[in-house]
Amino acid sequence: MSRPKTLRKVVAPPNFKGYKPYGTHAGTRDSVELLYEEYEAIKLADYDLMNHLEASKLMGISRPTFARIYETARRKIAKAFVEAIEIKTVYGDALLDKHWYVCDDCQTRFTIPKTIEEHQCPLCKSEQIELLNT
Amino acid sequence: MKTVITSSGENNLAQFDKRFGRAAWFCVFDEETKETIFIKNTNTNSSNGAGTKAAEQIVSMNVQKVISGDFGPKAKDLLDKFNVQMVIIQDNDVTVQGIIEKLTT
Repeated sequence: MSRPKTLRKVVAPPNFKGYKPYGTHAGTRDSVELLYEEYEAIKLADYDLMNHLEASKLMGISRPTFARIYETARRKIAKAFVEAIEIKTVYGDALLDKHWYVCDDCQTRFTIPKTIEEHQCPLCKSEQIELLNT
Repeated sequence: MKTVITSSGENNLAQFDKRFGRAAWFCVFDEETKETIFIKNTNTNSSNGAGTKAAEQIVSMNVQKVISGDFGPKAKDLLDKFNVQMVIIQDNDVTVQGIIEKLTT
């Protein structure tokens, strides 16, 4: 049995279900499945213009793994372009990380759900909190 | 407002349990009445889905805050969906009593 994959942290999932070419005669025959982590890799490297090391740290994976994900992402998009086929986004091995905060005084990590209004540490009530993974 | 603290024993002096789904006990602490209730975790020995079941149990108890050492991805998603605040403590040597004292001061 192979080693399970480390979950790749994805800050925000893509806000579309997919892309479709238009002006082609052939109907929807085929499609490529773009994983959330591949979308995230493209976003971090080519939209946020990060280098691979920074981006890999943000996603909680090693730099070579990031490079591999980025490469498969580019190849899938290229395939979709050239063959004029649909791109569908699928979940993959992603871990959608919500907003986690860390308290500067007691190092506690916590989330703040929508129902809570105060932005303070739930344990020591310190206001010195910082957003992780920004 | 109710808080769940994962505990390794059935009383306030017990060591805080860093696991979430497989914690031995859940200590439910009520901030208004300052009462603690201990509930046994029945999923301790289950081979899978312990985090999900524990999260479901916590959501059904109408708790707003959970204090533990870490949360698995499924438990995170579920607790997040029901607006339960998750708090992660990295300390190894802390008792349930110690956490309650921090919460109330």
